[in-house]
Amino acid sequence: MFGSVALFLFLTQAFTGALLAFNYAPTPGDAYNSLRYILAEVTAGRLMRGLHHWGASMMIVIVVLHMTQAFLYGAYKKPREATWMVGVVLLLVTLAYGLTGYLLPWDNRAYWGTVVTTQIAAQAPVLGPYLVRLLGGQGEVGVVTFARFYGMHVLLLPPATLLLIAIHVYLVRKHGVAPEPGDEARPQKKFFPEQVFRDTVAIFIAFVILFVLAVAVRVPLEQLADPTDTAYIPRPEWYFLFLFQTLKVFEGPLEVVGSIVLPTLAILALLFVPFIDRGRMRKVTQRTFAGAVVLLAAIGWGGLTAAAVATTPKPAIAEQIDFSQPTGWLQLSPVEMAGVGYFRQENCISCHTVGDGKPKIGPDLAAGSRKSASWMIQHFKRPSAMVPGSAMPSIQLSDAELNTLAAYLLKLNPRNAEALQSAPDFAVQGALIYQKNQCGACHMVNGVGVKLGPALNGVKQRRTKQWVEDHFRNPQALSPGSIMPPSRFSPTEMERIVAYLFVLPD
Amino acid sequence: MGQAVDTPIASGTSRRGFYLTFIYGLWSLIGAALAAPALLYLLLPPKVRRESEWIDAADVTALQPKIPVEVVFRKNRVDGWKITSEKETAWVVKLSDRETVAFGPQCTHLGCAYHWDEAKTEFLCPCHNSVFGVDGTVVSGPAPRPLDRYETKIENGKLLLGPLGASSGSKA
Repeated sequence: MFGSVALFLFLTQAFTGALLAFNYAPTPGDAYNSLRYILAEVTAGRLMRGLHHWGASMMIVIVVLHMTQAFLYGAYKKPREATWMVGVVLLLVTLAYGLTGYLLPWDNRAYWGTVVTTQIAAQAPVLGPYLVRLLGGQGEVGVVTFARFYGMHVLLLPPATLLLIAIHVYLVRKHGVAPEPGDEARPQKKFFPEQVFRDTVAIFIAFVILFVLAVAVRVPLEQLADPTDTAYIPRPEWYFLFLFQTLKVFEGPLEVVGSIVLPTLAILALLFVPFIDRGRMRKVTQRTFAGAVVLLAAIGWGGLTAAAVATTPKPAIAEQIDFSQPTGWLQLSPVEMAGVGYFRQENCISCHTVGDGKPKIGPDLAAGSRKSASWMIQHFKRPSAMVPGSAMPSIQLSDAELNTLAAYLLKLNPRNAEALQSAPDFAVQGALIYQKNQCGACHMVNGVGVKLGPALNGVKQRRTKQWVEDHFRNPQALSPGSIMPPSRFSPTEMERIVAYLFVLPD
Repeated sequence: MGQAVDTPIASGTSRRGFYLTFIYGLWSLIGAALAAPALLYLLLPPKVRRESEWIDAADVTALQPKIPVEVVFRKNRVDGWKITSEKETAWVVKLSDRETVAFGPQCTHLGCAYHWDEAKTEFLCPCHNSVFGVDGTVVSGPAPRPLDRYETKIENGKLLLGPLGASSGSKA
């Protein structure tokens, strides 16, 4: 039953993978942008990527369940040794899809995850340097590695999978489905329609789960791969986390034990299970040893994965930006970003439309016919004085804040209105702090401000976060002669303003 | 006795029928749930980021009446995930004091580049001898419709070009 589901998932992956390939450019220069295009502009593109992403994870789950069942039932025993061994190879192929596919979005996560993978391969005794060359990682992950991974993912692995599945299914048909131990005497159930019915129901349930995941759970996209980003902490996909954690147990020269020796031994043990256990078929309830092995493996895997999850540091604020969304807000000036903040704070959206959308009680703020800033500020203070009969409540903000809000509304049009939804809260809050402290009186962001101090775009290239934080507290200690006043930010404020400065485009 | 044999067969067929209904039904649902988004994905146009761009192409005051000028300008073209800056060409003609038009540079027959024949005062396509009048209408040859025109507007004596639209109408 799990076998049929796995086959179905494989075919679904092939289908969604081919569709993604129709809109995907497999080079590091274009991969990221074409994926963003799929996510943001192509109809149903987000759904296709969701199906492919979650399909991969489900495939791992189902394949492992399939193997566990076969193992518990002793379905690897004579005459089905070869069926089992081909199955183990199929598991490895499934993992290889996960490994190679991980790089293809070419975001930071993909890039850094693959850097770790290739470096692990380099540790292999004797074979290491050759493996690295095979993976195209001549010291670094670049265009060659990308081409190799893509080639493996779409050209080499699919036909290999088809061939292995054909052998696997042929062997299953030849030797028959392994009977449940104790059931050998009963006549075999008919394949059609009874077995097909059961498989269909299982496949349908799996498909519903997959579809719901693809629709409901957003697959994030991080920022474009940045090989100079030294602060990034790579994490592998969840099903490789246990390996990642194993690695931490071994240090120094022993590291190779965790990264190469143990995994290789485990694979060999799995492969040769039929020859290690040569006993006769027994009822599953009597296979206490096999049950213990499965239990131990599950506990070990679960424990290592849990430990890896527990030790994962909270991702830096900036890593929480979803780059599969429009990111026009990155181009806004701090005044405009702060305007977005007041707009949200005052909940203007509950009565006004911006650009397209259902007409609401108030006028569309992104439509033409501009009033002047001074008109708007008067209107904010006493709405009915400017527009007789207006039902709008007056806005309780200071003059400077109202000015900021008016400045933003003056620039609002249907094209940049999306920033109201997509600008992440930390950046809006950071911009509010920036405005309140009048940083723009000496600094420039996105071309707006004064050039007395250094422009703040690209500060992430020049300084570390720690440096910037220390500099806020005591500018003269780090930049002698600086006229910048020290700032007393609360820890939250400090985190937000620094995160905001560090996401600014270069 | 006959009845005793009949009953299990009858119930057997209905169970089989039940299985078959479910098998076909569930697979149809799966197929539809995959095919429908796939068709939308492939057939619907992507959401266009239409940047309403007007390009300054020519100085209207410098144009001579009914003498086409080939102008070359750069334009941002949105091509899937790429925005490329491209060279584009237009044939600009001042037809009257009130009307200035800009033709797309390709023959409407098979897309060859045509040129202006000063002696005959006609546009001539070298590929299959399509001939167009100065106002873009087909004079002779296989071209199926008049020359395509850019959207135009005039601001402060400058001719601004918008997107290129296919001309409608027949040869006339």
